[in-house]
Formats: sequence, structure tokens, C-alpha cells
Amino acid sequence: MASSNATLRAFLYGLPGVDRVGADQRAATLGTRSIKTTAKAEAIDLAISMVDLTTLEGADTPGKVRAMCAKAVRPDPGEPSVPRVAAVCVYPDLVACAASALSGSGVKVASVATGFPSGRTSLEVKTADTALAVAAGADEIDMVIDRGAFLAGDLARVFEEIVAVKQAAGDAHLKVILETGELATYDNVRRASWLAMLAGADFIKTSTGKVSPAATPPVTLIMLEAVRDFRAATGRMVGVKAAGGIRTTKDAIKYLVLVNETAGEDWLDPAWFRIGASSLLNDLLMQRQKMATGRYAGPDYFTLD
Amino acid sequence: MSETGRLAVRKTYKLFVGGAFPRSESGRSYVVSSSKGDFLANAARASRKDARDAVVAARKAFPGWSGATPYNRGQILYRVAEMMEGRRAQFVAEVVDADGVSARKAGELVDAAVDRLVWYAGWSDKIGAIQGAANPVAGPYFNLSTAEPTGVVAVVAPPFGPLLGLVSVVAPVIVTGNTCVVVASERAPLPSITLAEVLATSDLPGGVVNILTGHTGELAPWLAGHMDVNGIDLTGCDPDLARTCEQEAAENLKRVLRPAKTDWLADPGLDRMTTFLETKTVWHPVGI
Repeated sequence: MASSNATLRAFLYGLPGVDRVGADQRAATLGTRSIKTTAKAEAIDLAISMVDLTTLEGADTPGKVRAMCAKAVRPDPGEPSVPRVAAVCVYPDLVACAASALSGSGVKVASVATGFPSGRTSLEVKTADTALAVAAGADEIDMVIDRGAFLAGDLARVFEEIVAVKQAAGDAHLKVILETGELATYDNVRRASWLAMLAGADFIKTSTGKVSPAATPPVTLIMLEAVRDFRAATGRMVGVKAAGGIRTTKDAIKYLVLVNETAGEDWLDPAWFRIGASSLLNDLLMQRQKMATGRYAGPDYFTLD
Repeated sequence: MSETGRLAVRKTYKLFVGGAFPRSESGRSYVVSSSKGDFLANAARASRKDARDAVVAARKAFPGWSGATPYNRGQILYRVAEMMEGRRAQFVAEVVDADGVSARKAGELVDAAVDRLVWYAGWSDKIGAIQGAANPVAGPYFNLSTAEPTGVVAVVAPPFGPLLGLVSVVAPVIVTGNTCVVVASERAPLPSITLAEVLATSDLPGGVVNILTGHTGELAPWLAGHMDVNGIDLTGCDPDLARTCEQEAAENLKRVLRPAKTDWLADPGLDRMTTFLETKTVWHPVGI
């Protein structure tokens, strides 16, 4: 596909519009599914294995990142049957620290890049940011799109930035953050999803977690529809990552139902669906312990981060 | 409007969790009868999930409540007592229905409940002086012990004495800074809901007191086993249930209060407050 503004606009604005009420309703209906007993136990373990354990604070220290990496490998030290999480997500300067702590564990190192979270910097800085993170050992790059350019209608600029960052990332998996909370409409979410996939994204991700609203079920539903339709159209499979605002096991299971019912079972795998979270993991562990011991668990018995 | 006059306005009794009045998550209710066997009302029958939600609410309220000054906590309890006094007639009627006592006796019991609250409110800024100490140590240190609240305390309210008994078990727990989840008397839960309405309108932060109505035997073991509950008062449990709860409570080393039969009109003493206090001791070098 040619990447001029006119052709992108013709294609993206030619996508069918999103029925806002219908999407909200569909997501809400799927959220009422009751998942209990063995199905719940399986869902909890699947959700744990899909977590991108994230710390993106100005106050992050190497010590905190090492502690988080230890938790990523063995989420509950007292219970070896708990699966490890999918990845640890940190700022670029802490990638080396995370990579050394995780080497050989099978847990991936993901790094945000390209002037996260606003993305308000030049393309040179964005590609350099990406290349440095990959050089430091990142397996996955979470880039942000230029929402300003997208909203101003400069689609080609957004497209070319993604292509350039993809090139700078090399073999690392590229997750493209749409920051749906800033895109204003569901139609824009659908357009941005397609734009990112056409430009070569391996994953599309809802949000940075720094803007409210972050991930919501209807927005995730629209993105899951987009990856499903994209595979049907091109044969290439793209993953989805829901990030921000998912704090409870109940929420996480709602997202798994959404994935299963929208994109299909193929996406129910850490390689194709991720949940970006920090406090969610403790709630999943507490629910897991409740199912194992039969008594309600308390947060005092799990690490804080 | 029919010729026979007004239709009766029936009150819906609900739970009190986090400062709000939700129905039971399970949608269940049970019939509450007077001491003579007449129908009084339908009360919500809480499930273990309501108990879990109540513990979450209590835990959320704990930092604010335990961090408030003792003086402030005392003032709020005085305020609760004032609001109870304003609803005296309603409480008297409910105690008469529940216990089948005379209106005069019920009035005495309600007065005693208000007085009990005032008595505990006065202890808020004095218990520290009684329980704390400057300890003499063999070294150049100030050694100070202070009493701190235990955390979230589950309280199984006594089945008899629906108001005085309830106030006598809740006030000592919260005055020192704990937050609590109360399992109301299964037999006579209505005064507890009225008390909840008093608490909701008297500056007490939401979640400090959470009141569940329902079957004691169904709720108490879940609270006793809950890893995020730090203490449990088994006053309202029969001996079998109390034993089960004590075993469950051992799992995370909860503070357990299992009192002998109590005369609610007698001087309560300090035990109910001191059971749910932890002693923190600080060593501070002298001369720095």
C-alpha cells in the first residue's frame, strides 16, 4: 500500500464506522459472563502468563527493576506452579538492568521508547531511542504514535514514523501504542489500529497508562475486531495489548472473554494478547491463593511491587 | 387513596458497607420476627462475598481512621451518641419488638447504649496514657511504648441485647483506631441497621464500621479465615462456632477475643479495647 496522505485517508476513512452504542453494549454484555471454578483457575493462570509487568515511574531505580524481575520469574515464591509473566516493561535506561536480571529466564524485556509517553520529539530522537533500547537488550519495543499528527490528519507522518521505528527496532517486536484516550472517537481507534498494522506493527496497544481513560473493554473490542479483520484481509496476525486501568482479576477475565469472543482462540496466548499492568498481578495471585486454600487472601502476604 | 387510609410504607433493610447501603450481592433476604413471633421485616442475608467486600472497605478506611487524632475520633463518637439520642424513640420501639421487654426497660437499655458510647468516646485520648509507657532501660536511650490499633477487626455481635450489646462490642474496637466488619445479631438485626443509619449521618468516615446482617454461622468462619483481617471478636458465636472460628483465625495469627458470658449493663472494663491494640516500642538515643 502506498503511503501518501491521500491514499491512506481514502482507505482509513473508507473503513466502516463503529457503532458506538453497539460496541459499548457488546463489551458490557460479554463482561457479564460468569467464569467459575476450574475455568476460573485456568483463566487466572493464563492471565498471569499474559501480564507485562510494568514500572514506568520517574522514581524507578535499578533495585526496584531487579525486584520486579525476580517477581516476574517467580510471581509467588511460595507456589512454584504459578506461571511466569510474559514480559517486564521498563524505561529504556533500565533495559540493561532488566535484561541482566532476566537472562535465561524466558521472560521478555520490553522497553517503551520514542519519547514515551507523549511522543513529542523529533523522528531522529525516536529512532535513536529505539535503537539504544534494542542495543541494551530489549526484546520488545513499545512505541507511541504521534497523536497530534493523527488528529491533524497527517496520516502519512504517523505511518512513516512507525515504519522508521520498526526499522530501527530490527528483530525486536514492535508494539504500537495508540493512546485511545486521546483519539476522541471509536472510529479513530479503528483507523489508528489499521494504520499501525499497515505500517508493520507486531502488536497494537491501547494506552500508555498515563492518560485517563486508559484501556476500556469497548476500545479493546474494536482493536480485536481490527486484528481479526486484518488477518482475514492480509493473512498476517497482529497481537493486542490492553494496558492501564486493569487492576482486578475480574477485569482481566472480562478481557479474556472479549479476546475469545472477538478475535478467537488463536489470540488466547501470551504471544498474541498481553495485559500491561502492575497491581493486577497481586490480585491474580490473591485470587489464585483463595482458590487453592479456600480462604480469602490478604495483600500483606505479597510483595508491594 | 383507599378509604381505609394510607398504605403502609415498608422499610427495606440493607447492609452497611463502605458508608453505603447495598443489598446483598446474593440477592437473598430472610424474615425477621419479633420476640412474640410476629413478622417484623425482611433483612438482607449477606453472603461470603459481601463479607469480602466489607473487609476491602474496612481496609481502605483504616489508614485514615487510625491516622486521625484520638481527639478527633472521640469527637466523632460523641457525635454518634448525639445522633442516637435523636432517634431514641425508634431504638426503643425496635428493642421492644426484638426483646419483648417493656417500653420502660427498653428505654433504660437504649440510654445505657448511648452512655456506653459516651464512655468509650472519652477513652479515645486517654487509652494511650494507660497502655503506653516510658520504659527504664540500662542504656543511654529513651525507651517509649505506645499502643497502636491492630487493623481490621471482625466483630460477631451478641445475639441478645441487640442495641446495647452491639454498641458495647463496636465502640471499643473503633475508638482506638481499628476499623471493623460487624456480623449483626441474626435474631434481631433491625437495631443494627438503624444504628448504621446513625453512623452514616454522623461524620464517621465510610468503611470504619461495616454491618452485615445474615446467618452468623455462614459469615463468621469466612471472616475468621480471611488473611486480611487482623483480629476477631467471637462474642456472638456459640461454642461450636467459636471453636471453628478460632481454628480458622490461627492461620494468620489473628487477635482473638472469646469472652465469657457478659453482663452488658456492668462496667465494661478495658479488655475490649486492649485486646485489639499492638504495642510499639521505640528506642531513641539520649542526647541527639
